[in-house]
Amino acid sequence: MQLALFLIFGVLCVAGALIFLFQRHPINSALSLVAVMMSLAVIYWTLGAEFLAAAQVIVYSGAIMVLFVFVVMLLNAGEETRTHGSSMAYVAGIPGVAGILALLTYIFLHEREALGAAQLGGHLDGATSNIAELSRVLFTELLLPFEVTSILILVAILGAVVLARKEQ
Amino acid sequence: MVPIAYYLILAAILFSIGICAFLIKRNIITVFMSIELMLNAVNLTFVAFSHMWHHVQGQIFVFFVMVVAAAEAAVGLAIIIAIFRARQTLDVDQINLMKN
Repeated sequence: MQLALFLIFGVLCVAGALIFLFQRHPINSALSLVAVMMSLAVIYWTLGAEFLAAAQVIVYSGAIMVLFVFVVMLLNAGEETRTHGSSMAYVAGIPGVAGILALLTYIFLHEREALGAAQLGGHLDGATSNIAELSRVLFTELLLPFEVTSILILVAILGAVVLARKEQ
Repeated sequence: MVPIAYYLILAAILFSIGICAFLIKRNIITVFMSIELMLNAVNLTFVAFSHMWHHVQGQIFVFFVMVVAAAEAAVGLAIIIAIFRARQTLDVDQINLMKN
């Protein structure tokens, strides 16, 4: 049952990423990336991270990808031309990626006994919910980093406004 | 029961597709989008390991990665708009001011 859920959304994820890779129009790429992020949210949920599944939908597919689509439309980006930028990227990059993928897959399959298995709903018992545990750690042990992120976001907003402003 | 290894392999596949897109794509916006795809793949690894070690710290790390990704997207897209204003193109091959 859980394996079926994982397979359906894992295949959806990889299919979305491949469509993202081979589409030429930026809008199509952005929409297929939204599909990847939504199926990743389901996969987070199967790993017992309910809060992150909700945050993934709201922040990634809701905010970041809409921002991307907005910029694509604002700049009127058309179909991209597939020029051969640098041959180095094709000669060294693609085989390197294939090598890293093969190495990682081999290691993970070799160590699959040691890595264990995931069960639906996570490791917590019924008494403690994922969100309660998460917020307890976030607001007690990691309060300072949490507050620093608010400053980071403030600086990012100011930077975005300054950079995107029309020069006089 | 799904082995954690399958989740990690899915993350590795997504990360590799992200690198390929980064190398192949010529539009600066889609290059930026492939970085987001790679960040998502790494997030999946964090969540899987957090489940494996029975800790929520990994999930909190993903939460911070999401915050930084949101800030990065805002600033990066502002830079893309500024580049488009200055050079009237989104092709990364033609944005080579620092090459020579």
